[in-house]
Amino acid sequence: MAMTENAPETPADMKVSDEVAIEIQGMNKWYGAFHVLRDIDLTVYRGERIVICGPSGSGKSTLIRCINALEEHQKGSINVDGTVLSSDIKNIDRVRSEVGMVFQHFNLFPHLTILENCTLAPIWVRKTPKREAEETAMHFLEKVKIPEQADKYPGQLSGGQQQRVAIARSLCMKPRIMLFDEPTSALDPEMISEVLDTMIELAEEGMTMLCVTHEMGFARKVANRVIFMDAGQIVEQNEPEEFFNNPQSDRTKLFLSQILGH
Amino acid sequence: MAEPRTAAFVRHDQLPPSPPPAAETGVIKWLRENLFSSVLNSVLTLAALYCIYALLSGFLPWFFNGVWDAESVRDCNEQMGENRGGCFAAIEATWRQMVFGIYPNDIYWRPVTAFVLLWVAFAPVLFQAVPRKLLYFTLLYPFLAYWLVWGGTVLIPVLALLGLVVGYVVYSRLVDQSFAMGFLGGVLAAAIFWWLSGFITSNAGDVLALREVATRNIGGFMLNMILGVVCVSLSLPLGIVLALGRQSSMPIIKWICVIFIEFVRGVPLITLLFVANVVLAYFLPPGTNFDLILRVIIMITMFAGAYIAEVIRGGLAALPRGQYEAADSLGLDYAQSMRLIILPQALKISIPGIVNVAVGLFKDTTLVSVISMFDLVGIIRGPILASTEWNGVYWEVFGFAACLFFIICYGISQYSQWLERQLATDRR
Ligand SMILES: Nc1ncnc2c1ncn2[C@@H]1O[C@H](COP(=O)(O)OP(=O)(O)OP(=O)(O)O)[C@@H](O)[C@H]1O
Ligand SMILES: [Mg+2]
Repeated sequence: MAMTENAPETPADMKVSDEVAIEIQGMNKWYGAFHVLRDIDLTVYRGERIVICGPSGSGKSTLIRCINALEEHQKGSINVDGTVLSSDIKNIDRVRSEVGMVFQHFNLFPHLTILENCTLAPIWVRKTPKREAEETAMHFLEKVKIPEQADKYPGQLSGGQQQRVAIARSLCMKPRIMLFDEPTSALDPEMISEVLDTMIELAEEGMTMLCVTHEMGFARKVANRVIFMDAGQIVEQNEPEEFFNNPQSDRTKLFLSQILGH
Repeated sequence: MAEPRTAAFVRHDQLPPSPPPAAETGVIKWLRENLFSSVLNSVLTLAALYCIYALLSGFLPWFFNGVWDAESVRDCNEQMGENRGGCFAAIEATWRQMVFGIYPNDIYWRPVTAFVLLWVAFAPVLFQAVPRKLLYFTLLYPFLAYWLVWGGTVLIPVLALLGLVVGYVVYSRLVDQSFAMGFLGGVLAAAIFWWLSGFITSNAGDVLALREVATRNIGGFMLNMILGVVCVSLSLPLGIVLALGRQSSMPIIKWICVIFIEFVRGVPLITLLFVANVVLAYFLPPGTNFDLILRVIIMITMFAGAYIAEVIRGGLAALPRGQYEAADSLGLDYAQSMRLIILPQALKISIPGIVNVAVGLFKDTTLVSVISMFDLVGIIRGPILASTEWNGVYWEVFGFAACLFFIICYGISQYSQWLERQLATDRR
């Protein structure tokens, strides 16, 4: 994996400020009668890289989708970058334009070229002039190493390439926080590393990241906190070394043995 | 040891390959592979050939024995004598009526100009390659066409246009505060402007005036074209609004749209047209002169709009939820994500269905003949077939009408297929 030479040795060395980026307090969410998220308390500091893992259906996706209000929470509070998420549309749109999201299934816009995918939100939401938006887009496409695909349509790209475009598309909005929902789990094995490399690079630049993933190698390398969720609760959280070598709860041990066992 | 060989004959050039046996060449091979490849296929081929023969043996003599130059049906029959044929002289004599209705002869140039300009106005909408600047002309076109066809002072369309501009300016001033306020303000401003301009037009009715033509004189295929073009152009935006309204999370808007769609779809068009003709008059304040064509346009637009809404709803439902989520997660607001992300894709999926509705609607404009408007069918069934000269020439004139409709409908269908190919970007 592409780590630059002066990369920090351990994740904890990477700088984390004590400024709060996201503050979740006593958050609960129900789907009808089904209690998906229970009393979630989570504080994320600027520059932190958090990996969220847990069994299927434990509410990981729901948690990070609540952070940019793709899902509505019913109880408790979520404060993103100083903005409290309520039902106020203006607040929600502001938070969304500051928080980038990368989906499992890429969700690129198939009727637009790669370049148009990347310039659309800056032009319409940030009101950036077209020329400038295109320059920014090319800068980030170079960063994810596919500038030459700019004029193609998403349908003409491989899965790994599409996911890197999706990352570039989010970055074009210059977000202060990035959310990833299993960004590599729809990819063929040989494409996973190209996407992870991009994410590692992003982490090294100090981006605040919340990442749902089962790539434990990635977690060890870049995360400074790993969160384990089960049945809608945060069961355990710790630094990666501690988390993997010395899990506290039985559910975590079981989960780790299943996921690392083979 | 090699003996010196003397050959009696040495060939210097290669022989050209001999042609394959007749059974393997062009026509015969093609026939065998495509028409007679099995017993069943052979039987079907022969049956089809017989049908074609039967049709042609009826049609061709009728067509070629036809009379193109005659005064009346009786004249036709005398000229034909024993050979039965078509009386095409009827088309020759009545095509002006069929196309223009009873529009005054000496000003045919006005609808013709409007028709030619229609294509100029459509060009930028239909083809991406046409310069975008032409869209300004498209915006002006409805007012220009109204003036050309109906005549009267140029002030009417100009003031109508200015009213829209005033409404839009007020809307764009207020919309920042709230959409509802902008919308109401815009409508109000336009209404006041039109009300005031009523005084101007009633006092200055002859500024740059073209001769006025009454609505009842507008008929023939021209009327079908007017109804078809206006109603398709209006029902598409109406359908989009209804489809989005039906998906809305605001219950009142949602239910208004659902009830409207279900009601209009549940009623035959002909009923709506009768309503337009008779019943609407009761609801309007006495003395208002609400043109019949306008009433019919409203009804057909509502009818087609409801159908188009359902087609577009199918397109919206076919989009993966991820598209909505990606648009939301980038911070696009509702209007932006609909306009830039959702509708372009949903409309693309809906093209075949929309075209289906548009073609059906265009043909349904002939139903106005039932409320005694003289559209193409109305004018054939009424004045033409009832006249003493052309009484009984059904096939010829209805055939002509069918050809006119076929040309337009086939054109629409070909265009939509071309458009679908142009828009196919998401194919892997
Ligand atoms: N729209 C919905 N309506 C009802 N229930 C839902 C909805 N979305 C998710 N759920 C339920 O909520 C629970 C948590 O879902 P979530 O997608 O957050 O799980 P996850 O941890 O991301 O799982 P996975 O690893 O499979 O992605 C699941 O039991 C799921 O069935
Ligand atoms: Mg998930």
